[in-house]
Amino acid sequence: MKPFAYHQPARIPDAAKLLTSIEDSKLVAGGMTLIPTIKQRLANPAALIDLSKLGNLSGITDDGATVTIGAMTPHAVVAASELVQTKIPGLSALASMIGDPAVRSRGTIGGSVANNDPAADYPAGVLGLGATIVTSTRQIAADKFFLGLFETALESGEIITAIRFPVPLKAGYAKFKAPASRYALVGVFVAKFADGVRVAVTGAGPGVFRVPPMEASLSENFDPTAVAAIRIDTDGLTSDIHAEADYRAHLVTVMAKRAVEAALS
Amino acid sequence: MQISFTLNGRPTTVEAAPATLVSELLREQLHLTGTHIGCDTSQCGACVVHLDGLPVKSCTLLAPALDGATLLTIEGLQGAPGSNQMHPMQEAFREHHGLQCGFCTPGMLMTAVALAAEKPDLTEADVRHGLEGNICRCTGYQNIVISVMAGAAAMNAAKGE
Repeated sequence: MKPFAYHQPARIPDAAKLLTSIEDSKLVAGGMTLIPTIKQRLANPAALIDLSKLGNLSGITDDGATVTIGAMTPHAVVAASELVQTKIPGLSALASMIGDPAVRSRGTIGGSVANNDPAADYPAGVLGLGATIVTSTRQIAADKFFLGLFETALESGEIITAIRFPVPLKAGYAKFKAPASRYALVGVFVAKFADGVRVAVTGAGPGVFRVPPMEASLSENFDPTAVAAIRIDTDGLTSDIHAEADYRAHLVTVMAKRAVEAALS
Repeated sequence: MQISFTLNGRPTTVEAAPATLVSELLREQLHLTGTHIGCDTSQCGACVVHLDGLPVKSCTLLAPALDGATLLTIEGLQGAPGSNQMHPMQEAFREHHGLQCGFCTPGMLMTAVALAAEKPDLTEADVRHGLEGNICRCTGYQNIVISVMAGAAAMNAAKGE
């Protein structure tokens, strides 16, 4: 690989300062996206700022009505967490489906959410549960965070420190994975709260999005049959070597049904 | 930069640039060539090693991550210490013909050992899910799955002794 400078700051303000002061610097958490990207020469950072030495960014806490997951918490820890399995089983199930065991050992929730890959799993869980992204400077609602293809509301020098998830009545995730990469061809997260249902889709378009007609129907009747006849418009959906837009639209309905089934099981 | 870690039970210190991949460090600097580089794009799993007991792809790990850590490679996998015996998982792969050309085998073994250590009562579905990140182009996986189930049972039996 091409050489780069390497920094391992111990404090978040130091990391933020490095990020803003070094041109073409990148944060690295688990590196499961960044390292392959550098190897393919799609990125050529002058410096990496490794977040692994920052204290208190890994771990899961029970706040009663919410569960807070530190940004550096690996997927395997979320998948195996008894707390998450008890309070938001749909989210631990989602974490257990990311990549493969080696990816889940290293990859982190903060890295996944900050990268906002259009086929990543976590954005569906974060948007579907209406989570709050806690950063070094502020708190951002999921509805205002994901701005499309690899774009987020994060400003330069802003670092995600945790994601805070409201505990739903029920939640489930289902994905149809691309067999080679195990990314979501289409993944759907559904979450039922006292005041309504949220449905978030990843993989189908250039960024994670909600499906209001499904949310309205599931709020009336939280059952797979409530979404079986709802087909989303193919406008804006992705067509590529893996699947055409109309196939992805079809999969959104099928995965939404399965996500509701998972939430009810 | 100087990096100190425990490699297969031995304290080790190396000098490596931060852009060094652990797979390169192992093979080219430390001459431990049992860790294979298949795809070098994080997909095939031939380069899996254990970092602090967890399976990771060494082709997607930067050398600084080793500092202060414990690394186990295929060369460090063994049966009872000092016995000169194979690890029960290696024995199971031999017994059940869990390999043909052998290229993917180091990664398969490291993933399988981590899988069996994490969950003692593995089902076939667990094994197939757990091996998703390891690609074999010879066997069709059937005998690998059988081997992992047998190796996991042998690991459990050894633990109970």
